[in-house]
Amino acid sequence: MEDYLSLLTEYDVLGAFWVNIQLTLWAGLWALLLGTLLALMRISPIASLQWLGAAYVNIFRNTPLTIILAFGFLALFGQLRFSLADDLNLSLFRIAILGLAVYHAAFVCEAIRSGVNTVPLGQAEAARAIGLSFLPSARLIILPQAFRGAIAPLGNVLIALIKNSTVAAAGSVAIETSTVMKEMIEFRSDVIYPIFFTFALGFVILVIPIGLLTTWLSRKLAVAR
Amino acid sequence: MRTTRYAAAAMAAAAALTLSACGGGGGESGGEGGGAEAGGDTIRIGIKFDQPGLGFDEGDTYTGFDVDVAKYVAGELGFTEEQIEWVEAPSANRENMLSNEQVDMIFATYSITDTRKETVDFAGPYFIAGQDLLVPSDSDITGPEDLDGKNLCSVTGSTSATNIQEEVPGVNLVEQPGYAECVSVMASGAIDAVTTDDIILAGLAANAESGDFKVVGNTFSEERYGVGLPKGSDRCEDINAAIEKMIEEGAWQEALDANLEGVDYEPNAELNPPTPDACA
Repeated sequence: MEDYLSLLTEYDVLGAFWVNIQLTLWAGLWALLLGTLLALMRISPIASLQWLGAAYVNIFRNTPLTIILAFGFLALFGQLRFSLADDLNLSLFRIAILGLAVYHAAFVCEAIRSGVNTVPLGQAEAARAIGLSFLPSARLIILPQAFRGAIAPLGNVLIALIKNSTVAAAGSVAIETSTVMKEMIEFRSDVIYPIFFTFALGFVILVIPIGLLTTWLSRKLAVAR
Repeated sequence: MRTTRYAAAAMAAAAALTLSACGGGGGESGGEGGGAEAGGDTIRIGIKFDQPGLGFDEGDTYTGFDVDVAKYVAGELGFTEEQIEWVEAPSANRENMLSNEQVDMIFATYSITDTRKETVDFAGPYFIAGQDLLVPSDSDITGPEDLDGKNLCSVTGSTSATNIQEEVPGVNLVEQPGYAECVSVMASGAIDAVTTDDIILAGLAANAESGDFKVVGNTFSEERYGVGLPKGSDRCEDINAAIEKMIEEGAWQEALDANLEGVDYEPNAELNPPTPDACA
């Protein structure tokens, strides 16, 4: 037990979780923006945009995240010398965020589209009847209701994103949790189970409140019909 | 209604299959382990599958220095090559594979350390490596002192990665799942050097198809490669005797030369060939 406690002072476990939280927040923000744009494309009246949105969702939703992040490191950074900052580690951190965001945007898009399906067709017809064109009716009438209907699935996407942020190790983000866990196991295989449970517990602590919060919000904000 | 019933039947069938698969797998591996212990007809040896020149899976054959030493030692213990069952032993799994008796011994660039000795036993060392750098042939990096501000690649969570960060805090360390990824990125110039034990780097240099690399030859650690054994194993003395015989007979040098052919690398001659430690 003492062996194990000394490990926690030797390795920066909290710092590692903080890196994953930062990855999640940034990637979540970009995924929300990109995903909303994609959802707009998919419900728009323009056939080519619908097609483009659907193609994006199908390509990224069906590609393993590990492959997307490995592509970011090996191809974008490794071969094309693509960079998002002068500092190498910051650049790799941002490339990992990019990878996480493009992948999860596909799921955000589908979550919002499921929210759009909760909005009765009459709402869109009414918007059109008072003279609103597509974008104003989406912005003022459809999306505000759709987001309230999409809170629970969006929460699920966020939970998946937190857990998937550990895949950033494939994109060479150095001090995130799965890397630190590997390092601890490499050096201290005598306490492998406590190490493993520490990290598992950390993620449970992060994820459960989000689940509770989004469930509560989705009930509270649901549009009564 | 009918579709629901079909779906339920399919689910039940799938569940039954999964269950029986689990049962079968468990029984099989249990029987296998028992057989190996009782009859002594096979020996399970853990090696790396992805380290050219040391332990490398080439389809149906395994090559490398670790593999050659393992074959020799197994031969001295009374096992023919056909009786060896090669098992992949990735770094992070080695202690567990020994504690759970999934393998009988491990030859996988396994450095003898005090923390590891708490969970497993070691015979050997059979080779002493040192941490070094692999750089492009035209690079002017000659040692860790030139690494400040440079981009360096190593394997996620490895000893080498941690050592170098302590040695040179100003280095930009990139961590990847394997050394092959590091080498491929170095070929494009995005990183300046790859670090791990010299003998592993020599194997990578010999195997590199995408670029021309050299081992710097300025080691800054001592990694004593031992034979990993389950705690309390009675094979240590015999394995040490086998290693000493291999060195005396010259088979050790032959194996080393054969696996490092065509690479500009000499193992540290002051430390090699090593004398095995006394068994605890």
